[in-house]
Amino acid sequence: MTEDTPRAMHDLGGVAKFMCEAVDVEPHELTDFDREVDAIRGILGAKQVMSVDELRRCIEAIPEADYHRMSYYQRWIRSITDNLLRKGIITEAELRMAMEA
Amino acid sequence: MNILETPSDKLLAGIRTLLAVKGIATADEVAERIRITDSASPARGAAMVARAWTEPAFRELMLRDGTAAAESMGVPMRGLPPLGVLENTDETHHLVVCTLCSCYPRAVLGYPPFWFKSAAYRARAVRDPRGLLVDFGTSIPAEMKLEVVDSTADYRWMVLPVRPAGTEGWSAEQLAGLVREGDMIGVTIPKGP
Amino acid sequence: MQGASMKLKPGTTVQVKLDWPETRGPCHIRTPHYLRGHTGVVVRHLGDYPNPEDLAFDRPAPVLPLYHVRFPLAGLWPDAKGDDTILVELYGSWLEAA
Repeated sequence: MTEDTPRAMHDLGGVAKFMCEAVDVEPHELTDFDREVDAIRGILGAKQVMSVDELRRCIEAIPEADYHRMSYYQRWIRSITDNLLRKGIITEAELRMAMEA
Repeated sequence: MNILETPSDKLLAGIRTLLAVKGIATADEVAERIRITDSASPARGAAMVARAWTEPAFRELMLRDGTAAAESMGVPMRGLPPLGVLENTDETHHLVVCTLCSCYPRAVLGYPPFWFKSAAYRARAVRDPRGLLVDFGTSIPAEMKLEVVDSTADYRWMVLPVRPAGTEGWSAEQLAGLVREGDMIGVTIPKGP
Repeated sequence: MQGASMKLKPGTTVQVKLDWPETRGPCHIRTPHYLRGHTGVVVRHLGDYPNPEDLAFDRPAPVLPLYHVRFPLAGLWPDAKGDDTILVELYGSWLEAA
């Protein structure tokens, strides 16, 4: 069954280790970080710089332990960065400089 | 170190700077986008539900073409995924999940809530949906069929709940006040007076 | 590619391909693991959309028919029972006549 299949880590339907985990149904307010990352994703999609499918693909490329440790929008900014680097829209050197500034 | 492992705040600062410098996303554009996204909330979906409960022709349109129904109420849908609407009845209850990521009818409900994006919700919804609903304080009668909708592809799905008993003669505005976010995903059921 | 080339009518019984592209390298799959190899019934044709498996890699993406397919929950999990069902969007390229 599930546990024997070579599923990808984001493919969570029915995964046994979460079956006994309670759902946190409490509201969680979004942070400024969350909203900004969400907006950047929206702009990159609208301007056809990066599709939602590309966003998902690079989220799926995050190592499993990191994926479950990171917040939702932390995964997004990581995927956005990964995509922009892969597509040559930004370079690693540029990014390092921008992050140091 | 792999640059992708940089702390997220720092990554965002770098990306923000570079996108502005390259003219891809300026600070003003980001602020405008946040404003637009923040303006979508479950109130939009609730208004659609209430109208469907009071206008048979709108209900029919909403079930046939959710995108057109949303647009007819002033919700901007251009460039967004098509909206599909699934109707709960006395025989069938729908529950929406996205097991692969977190596809959510954002145009009509706003940002997806925390629980919708959680691993526990995504894992349990397709395997033990009735057990999952207990976490939300919801119980579906054994004789009622439960249909789980795994939102895997191009559509975004919302649920048209059953109109609560005891609301005969209510206005659409009054009815909309009963409808919560979770009712339109199927984790809860609107309660009457 | 039987399901991809012809339009499946509502009521048609289909089998989801028992395939694991995940084992063959980088990919982006929108067919959940728990449905692979299982049999369901086509409920409706939802339209035709470019294949996300290609869009995810910024490759030219052929347009595929997208279907709503219904599966009995009890057939998917050893611990599930009753008449509850799962309704899922699946691309024609993943469906075979059962």
